[in-house]
Amino acid sequence: MKYIPTIGIECHVQLSTKTKLFSEVDNDARGKEPNSCVSPVDYALPGMLPRLNGEAIKFAVRAGRAMNCEINRSSRFDRKHYFYPDSPKGYQITQFYHPIIGAGYVLLPSGTQIRIEHAHLEGDAGKLTHFDSYSLVDLNRVDTPLIEIVSQPDIHSAKDAHDYCKELWRLMRYAGVTYGDLYNGNMRFDVNVSLAPEGSEKLGTRAEVKNLNSFRSVERAVEYEIKRQTKILEAGEKVVQETRGWSDATGETTGQRSKEEAKDYRYMPEPDIPPINLSAEFIEEQLKDFPLMPADYREKFGEIIAGDTLEVLLDYPELMQKLDEVKNVKLMSNLFASVLLAEEKSAEYLNDLPSAEDLNTLAEMNAAKELSSTATKEVFLRLFDPQMKGRGARNIAKELGLIQENDLGALEAIVDAVLAKPETAKAQDDFRNGEEKVIGFLVGQVMKESKGKANPSAVQQILREKLTK
Amino acid sequence: MRIASKEVSAVSLVKEALRKAHEFEDYHVFISMNEEAALAQAAEIDAKIARGEKVGRLAGVPFALKDNYLSPDGETTAGAHMLQGLTSPITATVVEKLKAEGAIAIGRTNMDAFAHGSSTENSYFGPTLNSADRERVAGGSSGGSAVAVALGIVEFATGSDTGGSIRQPASFNGIYGLKPTYGATSRYGVVAMASSTDCMGFFTKTPEDMDLLMSITAGQDPKDLTTLPDYYNSSEVKKVKRVGIIKDFDNEVVDADIRKALKEKCELLESKGYEIVKIEMPTLKYALAVYYIIQPAEVASNLSRYDGVRYGFRSKDSKDLDGLYENTRDEGFMPENKRRIMIGNFVLSSGFYDAYFLKAAKARTLIIKEYEKAFSECDFILTPVSPNPAFRLGEKVDDPVAMYLEDLMSVSLNLAGVPGLAIPAGKNAAGLPIGLQLVGPRRSDKSLIEFSKELAK
Repeated sequence: MKYIPTIGIECHVQLSTKTKLFSEVDNDARGKEPNSCVSPVDYALPGMLPRLNGEAIKFAVRAGRAMNCEINRSSRFDRKHYFYPDSPKGYQITQFYHPIIGAGYVLLPSGTQIRIEHAHLEGDAGKLTHFDSYSLVDLNRVDTPLIEIVSQPDIHSAKDAHDYCKELWRLMRYAGVTYGDLYNGNMRFDVNVSLAPEGSEKLGTRAEVKNLNSFRSVERAVEYEIKRQTKILEAGEKVVQETRGWSDATGETTGQRSKEEAKDYRYMPEPDIPPINLSAEFIEEQLKDFPLMPADYREKFGEIIAGDTLEVLLDYPELMQKLDEVKNVKLMSNLFASVLLAEEKSAEYLNDLPSAEDLNTLAEMNAAKELSSTATKEVFLRLFDPQMKGRGARNIAKELGLIQENDLGALEAIVDAVLAKPETAKAQDDFRNGEEKVIGFLVGQVMKESKGKANPSAVQQILREKLTK
Repeated sequence: MRIASKEVSAVSLVKEALRKAHEFEDYHVFISMNEEAALAQAAEIDAKIARGEKVGRLAGVPFALKDNYLSPDGETTAGAHMLQGLTSPITATVVEKLKAEGAIAIGRTNMDAFAHGSSTENSYFGPTLNSADRERVAGGSSGGSAVAVALGIVEFATGSDTGGSIRQPASFNGIYGLKPTYGATSRYGVVAMASSTDCMGFFTKTPEDMDLLMSITAGQDPKDLTTLPDYYNSSEVKKVKRVGIIKDFDNEVVDADIRKALKEKCELLESKGYEIVKIEMPTLKYALAVYYIIQPAEVASNLSRYDGVRYGFRSKDSKDLDGLYENTRDEGFMPENKRRIMIGNFVLSSGFYDAYFLKAAKARTLIIKEYEKAFSECDFILTPVSPNPAFRLGEKVDDPVAMYLEDLMSVSLNLAGVPGLAIPAGKNAAGLPIGLQLVGPRRSDKSLIEFSKELAK
C-alpha cells in the first residue's frame, strides 16, 4: 500500500523589538551575561503586571501581511499554565482563544500554496542548561516576543516542509520583524507528521518532532518520520501519538512523551491585559511602504532572472530591494549571485550596498563596452569595498585603467602596427588560407599591444576586415 | 493640615502612633513595624517645614500598610509563610503616591494569607482581634488595617478588596472602607489575588479623609494596563434623588439588627427628601457562585509563581524539581490557599472550562448588565455589607462555605467593577459595630463618598 504523508508545521519567530513583550528590558541579550536582561516583571516578583510592547503589535501586523493573513481587529491574551523553572510566572502569556493574525497563505517557490491557520503573539520561555547534579536558569530570553505561525496540514513531502520553513524565514526577514538568525534560535520549528493510505480521507495518527532549528533538520526529520511510520504501518502496527526529539548527529527522532501524559495547560483569559483593538488606520499606517515579498519578486523578475539564481538571491532581501532599484536587472542579478555572494567578505558587504546610481553607471559602461566582462566584475566588487566606495564606477574604472578602447580609429592603428610585425606574418597567411582559429592569436597580440584596454570583439572585426581585403 | 501649620510635629504624631501600636499589641494588628524609618521620615518632614519648604497633602500623617503592598522597607509577606524573607526592590504605585504626599508608613498590617479569607484567621501569623470585642474576628482579609484605624493607631490604612476584603472588616469595626471602581487605583506592586476583581482602597474614620486619599491615588498607571484615566479628580458630584434597596438583601437571612439599621438609614434619607425605591436584582443570587469560580481560577493562576526557585520560602531537602515544587507549595501555603488552588485548577482544566469558567464569565456579564439596569432606576443602592456582625473567633474556621457566605453581599460589586463604600451604621445591642454599603455605578466614587455624609447625620 502507498502512504501519503501529511505535515503541519508550527514555527516560532523571535521578534527583533527593542524591548521585551511585557517589560521595558532590552530584548537583545546577544553576548550579555545570563540573567542581566531581566526585570521584576520578567522574573515574576509578586504584584508585577505585564505591560504591552506596542512595537510587537506593529511587527505582528507586518508579519501577518507577509503571509497574506487577515489581521484581527480585536485579539487578546491568555495564560497557559505549566510548572518549570524556565517559566517564572508559572504560566506563559499567549493568545489561545483570539490570536492577532488570522488565516492566510504562503506560496512556495514551486507555486504550491500552504495555508496558514493563524499566528499569535506570545512570550518566550527562559533557558535551562543542565549539568550532572544541577541545572542553571537564564531568564534573559523570558518574554522575548514570539510569533507562533501555525500552518494547515497542507504539506505532503519533506522537500515542501523544507521549502515552507525557508519561505517563512524569508518572509519574516522581508517584513523586518526578526534577525532570522537560526543558529541562535531566532526561528524554531515543530513538525507534525502523519501517514494515511493513499485515497483515505482520514488523517493518520501524528507524531510531533519539536524544536528543530534548521531547514535541513526539518527536511531530514520529516524524511526519517515518513520512513519510521511507513515501517510501523507496513508491519500492521499503530503509530503512537507523541512528541519526539530530533538528533542532528544520529539523524533519528526519539520518543519523549506520549499524549496520555500530556499536560493540561488550564488556559485562562489574561486578566491583566485588556483586549487589543486595532483601528483600520493603525493597520494601514503599519503597512504603508510595505516591501515587496519573494512571491512578488518571482512574478516581477521571473522572466529576467534564471530560476536558480533568483532563488539564491531571494535569501537576501537587501539585494532584491536593490535589484528593484537598478536598471539592468539581468546583469546585476548575475553579478550579485556569481561575484558578490562568492566573495569572502560578502556578509560584511551586504550590510552596506552601493547606490543604485553607481550600479547603473557600471551597467551602462558594460553595455557601451567600455568595460570587459572581467573588468565589470572587478569594478563591481570595488564598489562594495569600504576603501573605494563612493568614488563611483567610472572613477574606479579609470583609476584601475580598466576602460576599454572602443575608438575604431585608434584600434585600427594598433591593429596595423601588429600586422606590420614580422612575427604575425605566418598567422596572417594561415588565416587567409582558411585557418580560422589563428584569429584568436592575432586578437591576443592586439590586446597585448593595447595593454588589455582594447575591446576584443571590435578588434576581431577589424582584423577580419583587413585580412579578407 | 495641623502639621504644616506647626501645631504638632510629624515626629510627635509618628511617636504617638507607635505608642498606640504598642499599647494595642495584643490585638495583633501588625505583622511588622517600620519604626526607625518612620521616625526618620517624620524628622525629615519637620525639617522641611522648619526650612519653610512646601510639604505634601499628607505630610507627617502616619498610616498602616496592608502587608500585601510591596515597598523596600521591610519584608512583604501578604500574611503568608510562602513570602517570608521577601524584600521588594520596588514600591507599589499607591504607596508611592501616598509617600510623595508625605504620608509615613509605620508598619504592615495582618491579613489572611494571600488575602484568602473573611476573618484574618487564615494569616500565617495568627488572627487579629476585633476592635470592639476581643473574642470576635476583625473581619478580613484586611483585618489588621481595619483594626489599626478603628483603634486610632493610625489616621488611615490601605486595604485590598477582591470580594469584600475592605468593606467587611470596615463594617465589623465601625469605620469607612472604600472599594473603588475597578481600575480607579493601580494594582501595580500589590501581591495579586484575583486580577479581574482586585481593587486597592482605604480605611478611614471620615468621608473627607477618604476623598483626600482617592484624589491622591486615583489615576492611570502605565504599569497597570487595567487602570482608568483619572476621572476622580474631574468628576462632578452628582445630584442624588433615588436610593435603591435590594429586595433580596432585606430578608431573614440578614441579622435583625442590621435590617433595623438599614431601615433607620432609609427613614433618615426619606426625611431629607430622598426617594427610597425597592429594586429587584434577581441575578445577584448567582454572584457568590460565579465569584467562587472566577476568583479561585485567577488565584490558582496568580499563585503559580510561588515555586521556591527565585524568592521567598523554599522547602529544604527536596530530592528533585518536582519535590521542590511539592514541598515548597505544601509547606508554604495555608489550607485555604490550597483549597482555592484546587478549585481554580479544577474549573480551568480541559473538559471543565466550558461548564464552569466560561459559564461563570457569561453570568458575570449578566450581573454587570443587571447593575446597569439597576442604576437606571436609582442613583445609588444601599445594602448591608455582610449578613451578620463580627462572628466569634474560630466560629467558622472549619466551615469554608459558611465563611464564603460572608461575601454574599459584597462580591457582586467586584464582579461588576462598581464602587462600594462601607459606612458605619451604629451598633447592635451587644455593642458590635454594624456597617452598610453604598453602591454606585462605575466611576461614581466621588459622588458616593460625598453622599455618605448625608447618612452620617
